[in-house]
Amino acid sequence: MGILEVQNVNKSFGGLKALQNVNLNVEEGMIHAIIGPNGAGKSTLLNCFVGKLIPDTGTVMFDGHSLLGKKPHEINQTGVSRVFQTPEIFGDLTVFENVMIPCFAKRDGSFRMHAIEKVEAEVDIRDKAEQMLIDVDMIDKKEMNANSLSRGDKRRLEMAMCLAQDPKLLLLDEPTAGMARADTNNTIDLLAKIQGQRDITMAVIEHDMHVVFSLAQKISVLAQGTVIVEDLPENIKGHPKVQEAYLGGAH
Amino acid sequence: MLGLNKKDSKFLLIVIALTVCTPILLQPFPEGSGLAQFNAGYPDLMQRFAIYGIFAIGFNILFGLTGYLSFGHAAFLGVGSYSVVWMYKLLDYNVIWGLPLAIITSGLFALAIGYVSLRRSGIYFSILTLAFAQMSFNVAYSVLTPLTNGETGLQVYTSDKQILLGANEPNSPHLFGLVMNQSAKLNVGDWVFTFNIGYYFCAVIAILAFYLSLRIFRSPFGLMLKAVKCNQQRMNYTGLNSRPYTLAAFVISGMYAGLAGGLLASMDPLAGAERMQWTASGEVVLMTILGGTGTLMGPVLGAGFIKYFENIFSKINETVLHSWFSWLPDGMEDAIVWVLHFFVGKGWHLTLGMLFMLIVIFLPGGLVDGASRIREWYKNRKGGGAASSETSTTPAE
Repeated sequence: MGILEVQNVNKSFGGLKALQNVNLNVEEGMIHAIIGPNGAGKSTLLNCFVGKLIPDTGTVMFDGHSLLGKKPHEINQTGVSRVFQTPEIFGDLTVFENVMIPCFAKRDGSFRMHAIEKVEAEVDIRDKAEQMLIDVDMIDKKEMNANSLSRGDKRRLEMAMCLAQDPKLLLLDEPTAGMARADTNNTIDLLAKIQGQRDITMAVIEHDMHVVFSLAQKISVLAQGTVIVEDLPENIKGHPKVQEAYLGGAH
Repeated sequence: MLGLNKKDSKFLLIVIALTVCTPILLQPFPEGSGLAQFNAGYPDLMQRFAIYGIFAIGFNILFGLTGYLSFGHAAFLGVGSYSVVWMYKLLDYNVIWGLPLAIITSGLFALAIGYVSLRRSGIYFSILTLAFAQMSFNVAYSVLTPLTNGETGLQVYTSDKQILLGANEPNSPHLFGLVMNQSAKLNVGDWVFTFNIGYYFCAVIAILAFYLSLRIFRSPFGLMLKAVKCNQQRMNYTGLNSRPYTLAAFVISGMYAGLAGGLLASMDPLAGAERMQWTASGEVVLMTILGGTGTLMGPVLGAGFIKYFENIFSKINETVLHSWFSWLPDGMEDAIVWVLHFFVGKGWHLTLGMLFMLIVIFLPGGLVDGASRIREWYKNRKGGGAASSETSTTPAE
């Protein structure tokens, strides 16, 4: 029984069938990688999990509840957080404020009219946000403007923001895209550390095979909108279907 | 103090001190001197500073924090004014009835307009609010004549019931007998200072309004509004519903506008449809941008700046210009006066427009940005650059 169960999901854009009968089963506590060539439908699939897109047919169940038709903030409140391909952070706010916002969202829900309370007096929120920054080694950049961070730091900040919500499922869309080797390795270590400490289920979309094979406990290969193989990492590398999908075998 | 930290308390105290001393500060030139026409310490204008300050503070809660640019806030100003005048007509001239009603009706009005307009963002939101405000203006101007008295404007007639009106009650707006248009004059040498009851009434409310906006800026709610401006996508994917936050900000700023409109009618018991016109909505946008969007003090400064120009520059005419340049040779005097007369009197908008362009181009953060740059430059000069790294990290208030 997986924490995220996707059954027969179809999604078309006009005449283009982006997803065809996709089945996916992410088991609790695992790092599950979704790989595939460009245009395979990986990001479309992820967008169906977070409420950005609604599948034409099929079901997406998270933790026993359907995610279909729910708005992004409702889905997030059930325990799904997402890290974007290009870091989505609150650029004009400080690093610390960036992390406090998800802490508030976790504690107070999707809306609360707390206009007379003071941010300064919210001790538990501040403590938690500080702890998150310590966890991702960014406490020294606490008062910096988030826009002035390096790309790698922005990604770490975004991860801290997602983790501050104690999600049950963390979705990562190419967490190392455009990163230098050293930063990539840092990110791998960070993700491994998080998973070891918190036992969070993660679904990762990734191009970098180094990252995939360092982290993933299970891999689904997506090609032309369908899952062609779902297996353990050691069985994926030599799989003929996978090689065909990547190298463009005869059709 | 009052739930503020040390820095904010100091800031609030400075604002209070400046507001209380306004009648003195705005009267720097002795009466009868050539510069006396630049004095702004007369009741009418000071009341406007305070009232439009409130309007701009409220507008800044929406525009400065959430980034939603409303082009229809004058509608709430008008609704506030009509509410207050109706209370004069039905009850009596005590403003205590009208002002709460102004806040409530404008709040409800803002709730309805905001609920529809906030379905869109960016330029579409601005156009929707503009459309609503123009609709309100036209409805007030012609359709709802029984309620608004059309183009004549709503005012109190002797035939009005005024059921609470006592025998000795003043027949102009007052607060429990404190008549708004009464003033005390103080002569110090050649200087004349006017202390007006209406101004101080507006000033007390303006300080309360400023304090409330300060609290909102420092609250978790304020942080969420800033998050809306920064990145709504991230906000939604962080489990926060941006719609009620923006709607709450819209309603709060609409209530501020209603209060300002109510105060306008408290100073002068009239309400006309032109108060709702789009030029009035545009004016508050100019005030906020000119002063400094998203800063606490900026909108108030912007409001003061524009109202000062409107009242002082528009009074300078060709005769005044001739008297200034009479020391020049005749031909030159005429030439200079000919050039300058475009920028004063009826042409004061030209001066304001040019200043607005200069500020937007060279000081995108508005007057507050300019002030903090001057402060920084001064500190650098004094401290030999040692303090520069420290000052540059503190954002302008």
